[in-house]
Amino acid sequence: MDASAEAKLVIDPARVQALEDKLRDLEKRLGNVEGQAPEDRVALVVFSGDLDRVLAAFVIATGAAAMGQQVSMFFTFWGLSVLKKDTQFSGKTLPQRMMALMAPGSSQQLPVSQMNFFGAGAKMLRSMMKAKNVNSLEEMISLARELGVRMIACEMSRDVMGIKESELVPGLECGGVASFLADSLKSRTSLFI
Amino acid sequence: MSQAFDKLLDARGLNCPMPLVNARKEIGKLDLGQVLKVVATDRGSVADFQGWAKVAKNMELVAQETESAEGANLYVHYVKRTA
Repeated sequence: MDASAEAKLVIDPARVQALEDKLRDLEKRLGNVEGQAPEDRVALVVFSGDLDRVLAAFVIATGAAAMGQQVSMFFTFWGLSVLKKDTQFSGKTLPQRMMALMAPGSSQQLPVSQMNFFGAGAKMLRSMMKAKNVNSLEEMISLARELGVRMIACEMSRDVMGIKESELVPGLECGGVASFLADSLKSRTSLFI
Repeated sequence: MSQAFDKLLDARGLNCPMPLVNARKEIGKLDLGQVLKVVATDRGSVADFQGWAKVAKNMELVAQETESAEGANLYVHYVKRTA
């Protein structure tokens, strides 16, 4: 072995140390980036209680679930009507009772966002959908459950509007803004409907 | 050339998102490597199955074809279970 080849084999400990430090730093940063990468998740806020909007929300939810996404739907304010199974009046304040009287008592009674005409529009839309063999909202809701879509009822708006937990369908989670954000921050898609 | 398949799913007359949802259910019942043939009348299903294939980790879109039957178009999708 001649002198020049021997010289190349000399290892400078300071450089090795610097490289190791750099590698460690990069690994740490990669770990951070991976931790922040979105997962296969979709988060939906269902604020509206309009039949057409809610239908769109459920079409997206079931479609996304079928495509292998984990879907969470957060129902808040008027969207809570979708989850109601009956209406109770006892133990409510006067405004809450008025609200209970005027708000839809279940998904069956939701109005449409345009041309509702005291419910005639909603009836017409339902029959038009049936004629085109599109699933009804109620079928979409049970399909979403079957596909493992999580449904979360917003605790705050439920409390404000005086909707009791016993008025809602069973099998819901309850949560607040942080439970939505925890999902939405990890989601590829978040929608407010 | 007709594509080989292991199971047939009739999604005729169904609208968005049902062809996709039903295909998803059926593909879970297949063995790895088996192919599901989906026959749909929903024109949107062509793009829907392509979209599904882009994000899905457990399936592959093997082929798509359009057939004409009794004056109506049939949209045929071949989906293979890969995981």
